[in-house]
Amino acid sequence: MSATDRIIARAAQEIVPGSIVNLGIGLPTQVIHELPERMDVLIHAENGVLGAWKQAEPELMDPFLIDSAGAYVATRPGSAFFDSAVSFAMIRRGKIDLTMIGAFEVDQHGNLANWKIPGKFSPGIGGAMELAQKTPRIVVLTTHCDKKGNPKILKQCRLPLTAAGCVSRIITEKAVIDVTDDGLVVREKLEAISDEALRAITEADLIIPASVEAV
Amino acid sequence: MNKQQTIEEAIGQIPDGASIMVGGFGSPGTPFSLIDELLRQGQRNLTLIKNDANEAGIGISKLIENGQVDRLIATHIGLNRSVIEMMNSGALEVEFHPQGIFAEKIRTAGAGSFGFLSDIGMESEITRPEQLLEWQGQRYKVEMALRADFALIHAAHADNYGNLIYRGTAINFSPLMAMAADQVIAETADCQPPGRLEPAMIHTPSAFVSSLVLLPALTNDYGIMEHHVRH
Repeated sequence: MSATDRIIARAAQEIVPGSIVNLGIGLPTQVIHELPERMDVLIHAENGVLGAWKQAEPELMDPFLIDSAGAYVATRPGSAFFDSAVSFAMIRRGKIDLTMIGAFEVDQHGNLANWKIPGKFSPGIGGAMELAQKTPRIVVLTTHCDKKGNPKILKQCRLPLTAAGCVSRIITEKAVIDVTDDGLVVREKLEAISDEALRAITEADLIIPASVEAV
Repeated sequence: MNKQQTIEEAIGQIPDGASIMVGGFGSPGTPFSLIDELLRQGQRNLTLIKNDANEAGIGISKLIENGQVDRLIATHIGLNRSVIEMMNSGALEVEFHPQGIFAEKIRTAGAGSFGFLSDIGMESEITRPEQLLEWQGQRYKVEMALRADFALIHAAHADNYGNLIYRGTAINFSPLMAMAADQVIAETADCQPPGRLEPAMIHTPSAFVSSLVLLPALTNDYGIMEHHVRH
């Protein structure tokens, strides 16, 4: 299983039946393929759907029905379409239970940076800032290090923040890590890795309870 | 009350230097035919207000690539490398807003109000100190309403009065923009006589629409984009 497949498979377990979930662009979008066909969940796509689902069968694809990543999706029974003001009212009023989102950097205070790399990448904010600031539970899906091997889980974000103190949990291919008042606490290891090796690829301080063992 | 015009007449009302809201989140809701007529007529120094810049070679990207646009107000242009390069080289001025704030600024103008108080991104670099306000012990960010001279809208169904119904996620910013622009040009491939559309199903009431263009058919631009299909 590739690193990203492992992240996606673990992330799918985060989704609680009966909840409303927004899946951000990138790794989070792919989590939907892992969900059981009849699962009782409503996927919110901020372009204006509550009840978006997996890609529609080819003969049922509708060019006027996409999710926020641009996929031609099916909708679940009980879904609704609405304009963008209503869609973001839903977000700002805290009606989305869980948002999974990607990150350039995340830090031990739960700060998230995922929208801009000054001088390199600034395609706009999209819906990230409102989702990050207003969803009660934010789970970050990210590879543990960037493509050059630099840690992405930092003591303090260096890039412009999307939102401060918003992250509840971080899922990487190595571990599941919670942001707590005491700092970052490792809850699960997703591969055989020693505590020392995990700390070595993480800039932030990690609390690793003795009970945590590699799977 | 019949608002039907030819596409040439309708787009011909737009002068150089106009501000124009354009519906659509990606392709759904984008009025490709009205945009192509604006490209043909060649109005310049435009300010466009759209969620995104479509993708290179289609929709408003054609107008931007053709040098007709000075300024774009948007939320995200990540799918359009051509426009990102024009922004980076200084050929195009781009102003970004968080997506829901962008929607709400337009909705506010459409409701005849002038601004609203928000707490989104107050501590971030998108906020300048002069945008913050303290009122009864709380701090807020002042967000001003966003209006435009024109809006270009695609509707799935319409009647001659200009009542509009949108399809699927093509609704996105369209009903908001239709309220926030002084003149609203809507296109549709299905225009009915008054009385055929169910009144309770109307998304945009006719009072907001000034011109209606009947399209003979929807071009390929409105169809499935193969590169967005996962195999």
